[in-house]
Amino acid sequence: MTADSSAPVGDVDRRPSERVDVCIVGAGPAGALVAHRLAADGYDVVVLEAGPRFEFESRQRRMERAIRPAHDDRSVWEMGGDRDAYSASGERFYPLNRARVKGVGGTTLHWQGMVMRLHESDFERRTRDGVGADWPIDYADLRPFYADAEAELGVAGASDNPFGPPREQPHPLPAFEPSYSDSLFAEACEEVGVAMHSVPNARNSEAYDGRSACVGYGTCKPVCASGAKYSADHHVRKAEEQGARVVDRVPVQRLETDDSGDRVTAAVYATPDGTEHRQAARQFVLAAGGVEIPRLLLLSRSPDHPDGLANSSGLVGRYFMDHCFAGMGGTLDRETRQNHVGFLTSESHQFYDNDFEDVGPIKLEFLNYAGPSPVEMALGGDAWGDEMLATLRGAYGNNIAMGGLVGQLPRKENRVTLDTERTDDHGNPVPDVQWSLDARTKRTLRTANDIQRSILDELGVDIGWSVGPENTGPAFHHMGTTRMGTDPGTSVVNPRLRTHDVANLSVASSSVFVTSGAMNPTLTIAALALKAADHVADDL
Amino acid sequence: MELSRRDALAVLAGGGILGAAGATALSRESLPDGTDGGHDDEARAASPAELVDALVATAHVVYPSEVSNVDEFVETYATGRIENRPEYREGALAALTDLNAHATLSYDGRYVDLDRDLRATLLDEVGVKTAEPNPDGTTAERVRYYLVNEPLYALYASPTGGTLVGIENPQGHPGGTESYQRGPQS
Repeated sequence: MTADSSAPVGDVDRRPSERVDVCIVGAGPAGALVAHRLAADGYDVVVLEAGPRFEFESRQRRMERAIRPAHDDRSVWEMGGDRDAYSASGERFYPLNRARVKGVGGTTLHWQGMVMRLHESDFERRTRDGVGADWPIDYADLRPFYADAEAELGVAGASDNPFGPPREQPHPLPAFEPSYSDSLFAEACEEVGVAMHSVPNARNSEAYDGRSACVGYGTCKPVCASGAKYSADHHVRKAEEQGARVVDRVPVQRLETDDSGDRVTAAVYATPDGTEHRQAARQFVLAAGGVEIPRLLLLSRSPDHPDGLANSSGLVGRYFMDHCFAGMGGTLDRETRQNHVGFLTSESHQFYDNDFEDVGPIKLEFLNYAGPSPVEMALGGDAWGDEMLATLRGAYGNNIAMGGLVGQLPRKENRVTLDTERTDDHGNPVPDVQWSLDARTKRTLRTANDIQRSILDELGVDIGWSVGPENTGPAFHHMGTTRMGTDPGTSVVNPRLRTHDVANLSVASSSVFVTSGAMNPTLTIAALALKAADHVADDL
Repeated sequence: MELSRRDALAVLAGGGILGAAGATALSRESLPDGTDGGHDDEARAASPAELVDALVATAHVVYPSEVSNVDEFVETYATGRIENRPEYREGALAALTDLNAHATLSYDGRYVDLDRDLRATLLDEVGVKTAEPNPDGTTAERVRYYLVNEPLYALYASPTGGTLVGIENPQGHPGGTESYQRGPQS
């Protein structure tokens, strides 16, 4: 399967629209939600998406591609090549193209689909812990948008989390039932005093909003073949039904401003044949993620904005954050029934707002897919027949593992900037992700490992592996690169998510996060997108 | 453990291969004519019907002895793949044609005409067992991808094949959201 399995370049009219109210850059979850909301309100909306439109019918092929070992995982959603070139010159390598998807639906096409609200403490990290910074908004400000986002995404969850922030109503769908291996963990957790609770999933536990219930393909990440896992192409379709125009394969090259430098007049984009067009609009919304948004702003430098658009603070691209994975696993003397599904059903936020000394929030996860998948293992094995079966039986059956997320503090030196030595397929400097870990993050990872070890020891697990401060990796959540604040000197966007410097330019993305928390960010991205849509509508 | 046509259809359906015509259309008679293998010498080039035989023959090498009714299972699956995935058909025919060349050179016969032990020996000699699967690679890598991993995928992505290992809802099979909740069957 190659690029020809996404929708063809074809005869699609990619010329600019006239009399556009809102131009949105990016057709991932933020862009799709903003587009849908504003189109439903009657505004003329155009969405410019750098990647292709993927045919839904291709998903089963993509799933098979993900299972079969011959194919690089980046090829499932056709990432890589000159279009997606990047650098990673920081202390730690950052595998950017494994961390994102370009196309209609964006990174939700390959995401895991966990959707938690940030805790109240995440908005007040400086006040509470004396580190990081406070957000200019608090949980109460975002709370109604969280509820709205849960309804849009179709979140399956239960109100059984004693550590979570206050809720006003149940989740729109019932939570998935706990797994068998959750029941094994439950006994050990009770012994060591750890409370488990359900995971909110953007995954249909029953049919919702025209999408089917989960049928258990077990390949959620990187592809849900049934569409039960939410992906933003769903809201792109809904936006189009409301009259929005979504154009694929048109990477925006730069934003142009008027003579005053105070307003964006056009997004300049390139079509597949290399032709450049200018899409004019009254309002512009950047929704291209925590890497491409700062890159586009930096690429849009002009005499009025010599350091890049909306960058009078010099902070565009700064404070890049990701979540880091902490995990541990091994084998048990019993069957654990793993890899039937590709999602999680239990977690614990008990150590999120913890009292440990100088340790950040920790989210603990109980995995349902520890150890090998037999079909994947069979396809990569070097024994056949009865010998292969014996190998599979020996490897599958009693694996068990925990995972967890730890958030990084915002640090100026972690950043997305331009690598002027290297260019993409349109001759633009590529993004350079400079990423490193701080001592507090490492300490938090170590603490997460300690908790995981206590649970696994109690369970009787023969621990075979761990991921902690020395070998952690990013969870592929790009945050912080156009941070929100009230002071134009120390932030890029204001609490209305509009850039301080440019009057008609808003940002809907995790790039506005001030701190990372330790929660998967997409529900917060969705809530912020809906908030941004309201503000943009007010300004139109 | 007995494999069934139904198992094969489940794998095809899970992979989105069964079209509107459904299962009833799958038969050897419905296979396309010709070779599609891109080989200059038509006499040496493999045909779709021979490809089905080759996949069945390979399954008898790579499947465990505990499974039965291999022929019907693999024929059903292979026919669906060959009919509905032209890119698979072309790659597999080319791989089989190349494997036939090795079979002829070493054992004076086409791959499907060799007995089971000789087929296993040939696959070893060509290096298929240790080759990385690669649809665009060497003969060994392409044979691994198109002729060996294909029946292996069919088996271990099916509920019956998965159950052999202890997982009745293997990856790639839409087996619902009940089995992950169940404990081991006594």
